[in-house]
Amino acid sequence: MARFAPLAEAVGELVHDGDIVALEGFSHLVPFAAGHELLRQGRRDLTLVRMVPDLIADQLIGLGRVRRLVFSWAGNPGVGSLHRFRDAVEHGWPRPIELEEHTHAGMANRYVAGASGLPCMLMRGYAGTDLPPHTDGVRFVSCPFTGESLAAVSALRPDVAIIHAQRADRAGNVQLWGIVGVQKEAVLAARRALVTVDRVVDALEPRPGEVVLPSWAVTTISEAPGGAWPTYGQDDSVRDDAFYREWDAIARDRDRFTNWMVEHVGVAA
Amino acid sequence: MSDAAIAVAVARMLRDGEVCFVGVGLPSLAAMLAQRSLAPNLYLVYESGVLGTRPPQLPLSVADPGLAGTAQTLVPVPEMFNYWLQGGHVDVGLLGAAQVDRFGNVNSTVVGDGYDRPRVRLPGAGGAPEIASAAGRVVIMVRQSVRSFVSAVDFVTTAGQRVGDTTRRDLGFPGRGPVAVVTDIGIYEPDPDDGELVLVALQPGRSVEEARAATGWDLRVAPEPRRLLPPTASEQAVLTALEGSPAP
Repeated sequence: MARFAPLAEAVGELVHDGDIVALEGFSHLVPFAAGHELLRQGRRDLTLVRMVPDLIADQLIGLGRVRRLVFSWAGNPGVGSLHRFRDAVEHGWPRPIELEEHTHAGMANRYVAGASGLPCMLMRGYAGTDLPPHTDGVRFVSCPFTGESLAAVSALRPDVAIIHAQRADRAGNVQLWGIVGVQKEAVLAARRALVTVDRVVDALEPRPGEVVLPSWAVTTISEAPGGAWPTYGQDDSVRDDAFYREWDAIARDRDRFTNWMVEHVGVAA
Repeated sequence: MSDAAIAVAVARMLRDGEVCFVGVGLPSLAAMLAQRSLAPNLYLVYESGVLGTRPPQLPLSVADPGLAGTAQTLVPVPEMFNYWLQGGHVDVGLLGAAQVDRFGNVNSTVVGDGYDRPRVRLPGAGGAPEIASAAGRVVIMVRQSVRSFVSAVDFVTTAGQRVGDTTRRDLGFPGRGPVAVVTDIGIYEPDPDDGELVLVALQPGRSVEEARAATGWDLRVAPEPRRLLPPTASEQAVLTALEGSPAP
């Protein structure tokens, strides 16, 4: 059964230096509050797994906490570059970063494989691209039935998955709705799962398109109202598009970024 | 207004009722213009798992509340790619590109020589490679210059008509791939024989000379390139409304 704990305690227990940490949320319900707690607790040498590394990944990378990034699209959605990510790849600042780069379909299937207890999934993809020689976890195989060449992508098995959801009930069942991304797959693929929620309620209200994670599928739940800001939780909060634009200027400059992180998140490099 | 010219040309290529896979930026502008002009029943899908949306304003991200709020249904991301795209339900995909080459291959990964320490690191593949292989056809949208319109891309993120000597058919792709590359200068279509892009139409006020000057290889030009018509009054009105009201 899921245990309730304050966020600082939950991160302290579940995430260790050097862990493979999946932070998921497809530009909706992104677990920013938990990501900031990782930073405050000084977690380092992380392998960060995230389909769409956006601002939270830029912050972790910019403070040198990420050793390896496993991803499929690293940008500031609708705005442009992730400047801290680019600085790390292009100039090795503040430390060099290893990349394990995939397509969205590939990453999604790698989570499905992990959640399904399989070593890999088959898909049509990666053919004709320059990605396979530069990335682990993709091989081409022949279909045993038709002989067709298919891509096999290896399973993701994070040490810990961290997601943000709108609700949990007092028994620890978790509910999210709206754009649900790969959160269910990430939680089921991981050895441990930490879920932050906007609100803990007596009983979950049914919602169209909801994903419900039974209490026994989750390790720890922490209440973190607005924990997805500047992304949003459908029906709970509003996406702060203006902050995405502001981040471009903050992250463009090393000093401004470093000062901003001290001032707003309370962490130094 | 060069983005508007690209959007108008692409919107006119979309047919009412077809299923269109879209991203943010130029593809959304074109698809939303089509929905508000010639293709009111264009069925828009976004990689975030949004099916059948009618965005009220230009979305900043694929998870924009305006996309989710007007969707017919929302599905998990693995389902989006495996069932709806790979399953063969998408008629047309619209792709933006930082760099495209003479065979319609797209680079959105790295600019410069090395993968490990590139001159410019771009965001990466996202959904594009599988959209380009599985959609019935693909339209690529790019702001044309010698830097973006190159003989061979530095990195093939998304395969077009031909990669080296390997064709789409060799790769087993079900879709027709890029049937048009639309820029602020003109429209380019692959030669049916060898897949090389050929200038077939010019944007209003643009010339073959301008097209050649903004192309990084010796450009083939159709015998008489068509002249695209400028935006109609109603297209212009939609564009003004969309560009004037980006997501807050």
